[in-house]
Amino acid sequence: MSLLEVSDLKTHFRTDDGIVKAVDGVSFSVEKGQTLGIVGESGCGKSVTCLTIMGLNPKVNTISSGEVLFKGEDILHTSASKLRQLRGDEVAMIFQDPMTSLNPVYTIGAQLVEAVLLHRDVTKKQARSRALELLKAVGIPRAERRIDDYPHQFSGGMRQRVMIAMALVNDPDLLIADEPTTALDVTTQAQILELMMRLQEDFGSAIMIITHDLGVVAEIADDVIVMYAAQIVEQGSANTIFKRPHHPYTWGLLGSLPRLNADVERLVQIKGQPPSLLNPPRGCRFHPRCPYVFNICKEQEPRLLPVSDQGEHLQRCHLDEETKDREAQKLLAGMMAEA
Amino acid sequence: MIRYIIRRLLWAVVLFIAVTVVTYIIFFIIPADPARAVAGKNPTPEMILRARHYLGIDKPVYIQYLRFLDRLVIHQDLGRSFANRESVNTEVGKAAPVTASLVFGGAIAWMMIALPIGILSALRPRSLLDRASMTFVLIGVSAHPIWIGLIFSYFFGFKWGITPISGYCDFINPAAGADCGGPVQWAYHMILPWMTFAVLFAALYVRMIRANVLEALNEDYVRTARAKGAPEGRVVRVHVLRNALLPVVTMLGMDIGLALGGAVFTETIYSLPGLGRTAVQALNALDLPTVEGIVVFSTLAIIVFNLIVDLLYAWIDPRIRLA
Repeated sequence: MSLLEVSDLKTHFRTDDGIVKAVDGVSFSVEKGQTLGIVGESGCGKSVTCLTIMGLNPKVNTISSGEVLFKGEDILHTSASKLRQLRGDEVAMIFQDPMTSLNPVYTIGAQLVEAVLLHRDVTKKQARSRALELLKAVGIPRAERRIDDYPHQFSGGMRQRVMIAMALVNDPDLLIADEPTTALDVTTQAQILELMMRLQEDFGSAIMIITHDLGVVAEIADDVIVMYAAQIVEQGSANTIFKRPHHPYTWGLLGSLPRLNADVERLVQIKGQPPSLLNPPRGCRFHPRCPYVFNICKEQEPRLLPVSDQGEHLQRCHLDEETKDREAQKLLAGMMAEA
Repeated sequence: MIRYIIRRLLWAVVLFIAVTVVTYIIFFIIPADPARAVAGKNPTPEMILRARHYLGIDKPVYIQYLRFLDRLVIHQDLGRSFANRESVNTEVGKAAPVTASLVFGGAIAWMMIALPIGILSALRPRSLLDRASMTFVLIGVSAHPIWIGLIFSYFFGFKWGITPISGYCDFINPAAGADCGGPVQWAYHMILPWMTFAVLFAALYVRMIRANVLEALNEDYVRTARAKGAPEGRVVRVHVLRNALLPVVTMLGMDIGLALGGAVFTETIYSLPGLGRTAVQALNALDLPTVEGIVVFSTLAIIVFNLIVDLLYAWIDPRIRLA
């Protein structure tokens, strides 16, 4: 049994302009101790997927359907109090912006202690020593003194470490990280990723990491999901996605990675904007931006199908496999040549 | 901390001098002569001159001002009223408790209305309660205190006879010559003024509290608290309110300081002998020392309350350190 099994998850928001289908039929699973990376542009439904799993979407005007099984139990349709007991204990989350994710009026110690006391029947003193232990584990220097400092006395990277400490304080089985490194500078990003990988070994948690940075995914993920316009367009092990990408959108993402020694004046980009989720394009949702578009793409929505010889590798594109392999190899060869 | 307070107090002195000087200058500019009022009916020119000398207004305005400062700083004396020769210290001392009763009682009343309504309507935006409270806010903000006061005293006081129509009773046992007194009578007479005061401010505060709570509810750290597994009640109490009510503390302190200078309209409607009404009467009588005394008192009130707010703020908001 997988730790987390999501099938046909849909999250729709009612707005004044109509129904926004922020997540539209997404299925995947996360195994114990594994890392799943979800990649895509802003507004493609990555974050909403995670917030739906955590039950953190606003209650009014949100319609969620499908199934989310955590350790075999449906947590999408469970009671609020049961979900609350799960949150912060077995499933924990860290967020994109460490600058605003900690409450400014409480010491970080108080916020960590709160996380412990919400789920464990221990004394304040025990909770505090647990908090201190975690702060040391995430590499806060002089943790004994800093535990009584306020968030504004920490740098962004240090705050993200505090957030990670707070998420891991109850030893969760699943850690959901929503763009944990996006708001940090590059050197800090590397440190935080390294920290997460090290802690994953120590704590044995599974990680779901959302990012728009393929570099992050390459470094940390075992499996990868590429999302576009509220749907999964490609899904497989990190190895296959990077060695044999089969969707033009994935190619676009790979092609737009900045490279230091590339002999180009401008960064390569995917043309156009992601579509509105109020009214997504007919046929393939990527067709208005796709350089390989042909007639059927505008008419018929492609299904998420396995690549012929690999059952685990799924993709959603009408192109024939030969062309896809050829184009992927061309792209990768180009990248290798530049590097 | 100490240095901060000293700096604030120095600024307060500057502010104090500016306010009192302006009051003197305005009085000097007004084309009317208090001496004429004092000298009796059909005074001869000498009588007016004598009256001027007697009141001390025959000297240039800066001498008058320096004398005022000298009296105030050296003897803590605000002088004597032009109109009735009473000590201004006594007059302010009599009027200030009346205004203070009105302001502090009113503040308690308006916070008791504004806090629950503001918080609940933020937690249930667009609900019936929210819409009803927004209507109340609109009425409260648009209504003039005189109008509210008249409506209240007509219905509650005159028509239904639930409360006194107007008047004030001392908190302490009946003073000599007063026909009522004691805490019960005091509170009974203050009900309508408090309500009038409360409607006005509660409207503003409901709007502000609602906006602050709504904003805090969308903060990332509130989401973090929920992700930690905190129950909704705890999220609101511990994480939302603590942050949302910080600015309310500031506004409350400043409004109380400001209102202590005299709630002119409310005091006038209910014939409360507070600072606002006394100031208006003194102004009509061209009674400079009394006006100046009330100005001094209200300036002090504003300065003191602003200082309290700043110190309190530094204490409840860890991000602010006074230096």
